[in-house]
Amino acid sequence: MENWSLVSLCVLVVAAVRWAVSFNSYSGAGKPPLFGDYEAQRHWQEVTYNLPIRDWYFNTTDNDLNYWGLDYPPLTAYHSLLCAHIAKMINPAWVELRTSRGYESASHKLFMRATVLFSDILIYIPAVLLYCFYLIEGSYRRKDLLGSVAFTLALNYKQMELYHSLPFFCYLLGRCIKQGLTGKGLLLLVKISLAVLVTFALCWLPFLSDPQQILQVLHRLFPVDRGLFEDKVANTWCSLNVLIKIKSLLSRDTQLLLSFAMTLLFNLPSSIKLLIKPNLWQFKLALVNSSLAFFLFSFQVHEKSILLPALPVCLLINELPLMAIWFLAASTFSMLPLLLKDGLLLPYVVTSLAFVYFSVYFHSALKTSEDQLRLGQCHKLTQYCFSKHTISLLIKCTFGASLCVMAGLSFASVAVDPPAKLPDLFPVLVSVFSFLQFLALLLYFNLVQLTELTSKKSQKKTK
Amino acid sequence: MAASTNQDWSCHSTDFEVHRNWLALTHSLPVTKWYYEATSEWTLDYPPLFAWFEFGLSHIAKYFDAQMLVVENLNYASPATVLFQRLSVIITDVIFIYAVRECCKCVREDKEKDLLAKPSFILATLLLWNCGLLIVDHGSVRWKSFSLFRIVALGFIVLSTFAVSFGPFITLGQIPQVLSRLFPFKRGLCHAYWAPNIWALYNIADKVLSVLGVKFKLLDQNKLPKASMTGGLVQEFQHSVLPSVSPLVTLVCTLLSILPVLFRTWRRPNGARGFLRCLVVCALGSFMFGWHVHEKAILLAILPLSLLAVESKDDARTFLILSTTGHFSLFPLIFTAPELPIKIFLMLMFTVFSFTSFKKIFSKSGWLVNSVEAAYLLGLVPLELLCEIVYPLTNWQQTLPFIPLLLTSVYCALGVVYCFIRLYLSVFNASNSKVKAQ
Repeated sequence: MENWSLVSLCVLVVAAVRWAVSFNSYSGAGKPPLFGDYEAQRHWQEVTYNLPIRDWYFNTTDNDLNYWGLDYPPLTAYHSLLCAHIAKMINPAWVELRTSRGYESASHKLFMRATVLFSDILIYIPAVLLYCFYLIEGSYRRKDLLGSVAFTLALNYKQMELYHSLPFFCYLLGRCIKQGLTGKGLLLLVKISLAVLVTFALCWLPFLSDPQQILQVLHRLFPVDRGLFEDKVANTWCSLNVLIKIKSLLSRDTQLLLSFAMTLLFNLPSSIKLLIKPNLWQFKLALVNSSLAFFLFSFQVHEKSILLPALPVCLLINELPLMAIWFLAASTFSMLPLLLKDGLLLPYVVTSLAFVYFSVYFHSALKTSEDQLRLGQCHKLTQYCFSKHTISLLIKCTFGASLCVMAGLSFASVAVDPPAKLPDLFPVLVSVFSFLQFLALLLYFNLVQLTELTSKKSQKKTK
Repeated sequence: MAASTNQDWSCHSTDFEVHRNWLALTHSLPVTKWYYEATSEWTLDYPPLFAWFEFGLSHIAKYFDAQMLVVENLNYASPATVLFQRLSVIITDVIFIYAVRECCKCVREDKEKDLLAKPSFILATLLLWNCGLLIVDHGSVRWKSFSLFRIVALGFIVLSTFAVSFGPFITLGQIPQVLSRLFPFKRGLCHAYWAPNIWALYNIADKVLSVLGVKFKLLDQNKLPKASMTGGLVQEFQHSVLPSVSPLVTLVCTLLSILPVLFRTWRRPNGARGFLRCLVVCALGSFMFGWHVHEKAILLAILPLSLLAVESKDDARTFLILSTTGHFSLFPLIFTAPELPIKIFLMLMFTVFSFTSFKKIFSKSGWLVNSVEAAYLLGLVPLELLCEIVYPLTNWQQTLPFIPLLLTSVYCALGVVYCFIRLYLSVFNASNSKVKAQ
């Protein structure tokens, strides 16, 4: 009873905060001719509703792919279609072919926000709750099939889920190997691969009849012609660009190869470790390491992709409170230029402050002892240089200092005019500083994962 | 923190313009004209202390955007103005938070490890997250409640505050004008949406009687006053069967309703708790019988009642019923579609929290509310569904738009009246049992 009311309180707070934040302006509001992501979502509803499925991903007279063409996997398209049917019922003008471009009104905004809130309440929040319940019950080990189907669905909703795919693959394969590839393990492997293939087939059903269709969809999903990085993203290539102009130095193919090699290189250690030792703790760490490596090194990364590493970092908040909070604060900060562009300064300040306040308050995160850093064998090494006390003090100070720097840079981006010679000064500083934090945290999380003693079981602290 | 969540709500209500106007007129006009100025329809109708408060604020406001201080700039809302208004609300909230902290110190402290079972934590949450306050989001209400707490501690300050704030107006001889603004008897018995009090029940009884009378041919349709109810637009409600109520009657009723409690408290003052209980009853009494009562006035009873609720099971029961119905009755004040989820989430949050935490404090002794009360409270759910979702889809929305408001206020009035009676009885019971205990 008490647990239930606590859970419902949490859900209500979360829903209320989401809704309150959604009152703010959206990406590309009132900025013709291209508008923004909001218009992209609306346009997909228009396209999927009015065109036959075979035209969705093709450039036709009715479907101008240069104007927010559909570039997400089929599940997103189906979701748009569903929303479009509801929109049609409320107001047909919202999804009228061509004439509805750039449609903006208060009631339409309300509708779009409602679709987001409903999807959250229907899918995201139950998923989080399920995760917590399985964790309490300890029955997550038996959910391999369910998990792989859910992940396949996620992958078919947003191709960016590929950031998480390596750990999933290694974890499941590792579990099969552990049970013996000749007996039980093989059966599990067959089951899982069947489940994945069937799910894939179901999602792609309307496109399977024609190989041309499949190729076109894939081409839309992975546009290599967009360049190594966009705007001012806080990853390696963009930060490196401050010193060396990689974009002009190397050819497109070399860039592609380089980024691929680097991503693979940074993924390998954690993947191999997970393959050898497939348990939940390793899996969570591998999710972080893999997606963060993808974010920092892969080709064509968008600022908001930092949310993909941020999600698994949330799962670590019980075990590594300070570092998780640090990472989450930094990830929101790294999107500052994007948020400012959409006029979201106030919600950014309020939610960041609230987040840091609550997480520090609830987790007493600043009580960092060496055990809580979970550096495993590494701590013997550090003990030669520092005493226990010094190291926790050092980390706390760094955390505090970086919070101050982030606050200072946020303030400067809003209030200070950059010098005329360097109009992009603050966005570049924001992204470089975020990059440095991410890189440090990537190394730290890798260290935690790789140095964990093989015999020591991960202790799960529950609230 | 409660304050900071507020500011995400980027819609501004009429209250926004009201306060802008008051800032402007206190800033640009001499004191002599404050209570005479009528350029905007939102004339100054709060007591002088509030006017002085706005006067002080306006001197900070000029650094944000001087244009908002021009009386003629009606509906002026530049980003700087919005920012200033929100900041001013947040600053006053800080004062409120301080007051809450002081209050929490008075509550007895158990050696309870669990934060959720700590009375002081619960009280703080009840006061700070009070969804009524969040919904109404009205600086002035906070200001008033803050003053209430001050009165508890420093009664004598009241007189000097009165003297200082009213002083200039007394010397100017403007008291009648000030009073006419503060107590607008011209406005009618009930506020636009009926507050859930006795008069809501009285009005509905009158309406039912007149309909029945017409049906059974006891009354002549043509002799009834025309258009006695057309939504929230008509300020004067003309009773057709029952006698009309004059301001004097409401005054007498109010006085009669609170006199016994005042007398009791005077004869047998029962410490701070007894005083607080008397305060709640007086606030609720004025709410029940007052002239032209605004719905948000219920908060003046709910807030001090939460202080009592964390200490006794019986008060907790009253509090649960009163806060749930009282907050629900505020719903019609927030009527736009984007705000609908917010008010429902906040209300559910507050209700779930208060039920859980009181259950935790007083869990030893069974259920907090009996089955009839529970059924009544659960009845709010279908009522809300009917009013907000089903009814707007029917044709009656055009012809009889006021029915949801009427249903809400009548339904809530039942709960508020019930709580009033329970509280009234508790004044006499509580003081008896206290005497025995001593």
